[in-house]
Amino acid sequence: MDMDFFSVLYYRFKKVWKAIRLYLVIAGPGLVVMIADNDAGGITTYAATGAKYGYHLIWFLLLLIPVAYYVQEMTVRLGAVTKRGHAEAIFESFGAFWGWFSLLDLMIVDWLTLVTEFVGMTAALSIFGVPAWLTVIIVVLLMSILVLNGRYWTWEKIALGFCLLNLIYIPAAFMVNPSISDIVGQGLIPNLPGGLTNELFFLLMANIGTTIAPWMLFFQQSSVVDKGLLEKDIKMGKIDTFIGSIITVAIAVFIVIVTGTLLNGVPIDDAATAAKLLMKTNQYVGAFMAIGLFDAGLLGAICISLASSWAFGEIFGWAHSLNTKVKEAPWFYISFFFTLATAGVVPLIPGAPLVLITLFVQVIAVTLLPAALVFLILLLNDKKTMGEYANTPLQNIVSTTIVVSIIILSTMYGVSALFPNLFQ
Amino acid sequence: MRTINQFFSKIREINQRYAKPTVEMSRGVKISLAVLRVYLFLLVVLMIYKFITVLKVV
Repeated sequence: MDMDFFSVLYYRFKKVWKAIRLYLVIAGPGLVVMIADNDAGGITTYAATGAKYGYHLIWFLLLLIPVAYYVQEMTVRLGAVTKRGHAEAIFESFGAFWGWFSLLDLMIVDWLTLVTEFVGMTAALSIFGVPAWLTVIIVVLLMSILVLNGRYWTWEKIALGFCLLNLIYIPAAFMVNPSISDIVGQGLIPNLPGGLTNELFFLLMANIGTTIAPWMLFFQQSSVVDKGLLEKDIKMGKIDTFIGSIITVAIAVFIVIVTGTLLNGVPIDDAATAAKLLMKTNQYVGAFMAIGLFDAGLLGAICISLASSWAFGEIFGWAHSLNTKVKEAPWFYISFFFTLATAGVVPLIPGAPLVLITLFVQVIAVTLLPAALVFLILLLNDKKTMGEYANTPLQNIVSTTIVVSIIILSTMYGVSALFPNLFQ
Repeated sequence: MRTINQFFSKIREINQRYAKPTVEMSRGVKISLAVLRVYLFLLVVLMIYKFITVLKVV
């Protein structure tokens, strides 16, 4: 009897351990894309959310877990079944017109977002006295080491290391001694502090905008293809995406707790300012905020520049894999470093229109995001290609509701960025 | 000059390769793409309007 019990226990342990090992092999694209989603712009949005509304909007951030998951898991299925990146899938399925529209829009929005990542990184390291030009050189060198090793596997594991560093906000939140009862009482019960004002609406939309970005769709699908995931890996790929979506929102919540505890009521324009202000209260927490901001910008830069290079490689027929050496895929690496270097130079130009660039990112993302999301749903309904992995009616209801809501809200966000007084 | 010609011939090749959409053009797909065109057209009009008003102020 006892022997049977231990045999069953051992068998179950082996089964679970096997599943964990399989997960560890397949894990990567979902975790990296989700954690990189908390880029420099995202950190600023969360820091501003906490400083302005304390813990009151934590419940809203938690709602973004299923939103991020349902959108991104579709790219896992699409990549694993078609073995094509998102750009190639759009070209092939919808023709050259929509293909060029998506590719050029992606190129512009990625480059502009990359500039904002460099702005965040230079601002973060300037807190430690590192000049901006040195930060740009450090970043380009780090990215070279990451990308030029000629193996996707190595690149992914190093990127996951940077993802781990993003968890720095968790100890920071514990160090500020927040009131757990306040977090639960104010943060977990849905409420709109002060009613639905324009300011609150803008911040809610900014939080959605930073959770779902166009580059994420392109990046994760290409990443799934480059990693070589197959149909049988879809289940683990979805688990990877789900865990990633929980971690990304958890990090956002911890940032809100940090600024909501120490900077409540202080107007915050960017995360670097928040880090400087936090240093006056607790220098370690301020330093953690600055390190986290740099890491967030770096992760964003890694993924965004790759998303563009993969997309170009797919369409122009260049070799476009991290498993290739520079000699085998010169154009892939040239486009990667060209995007990176030109974006890195912008924050170094005195008087560069950085505010205008941030505005452009919001507006141009609004032109690409709805198109990319609509294509995603249409592609997932193409039974001829997707077979048993096509969207089920329930998946269609959930994903269409999410996509329509994102389109409406992101459009209002983009239009309000163009015309700030329109919704007053 | 040769590089520019090569570039444009590559673009033509891509356009030919993807000239015919492979997705089944059902009614739903056609409607979605038409709505998308209208949506993007309106956004471009808004951006042009904003650009002109900013230019006038400058």
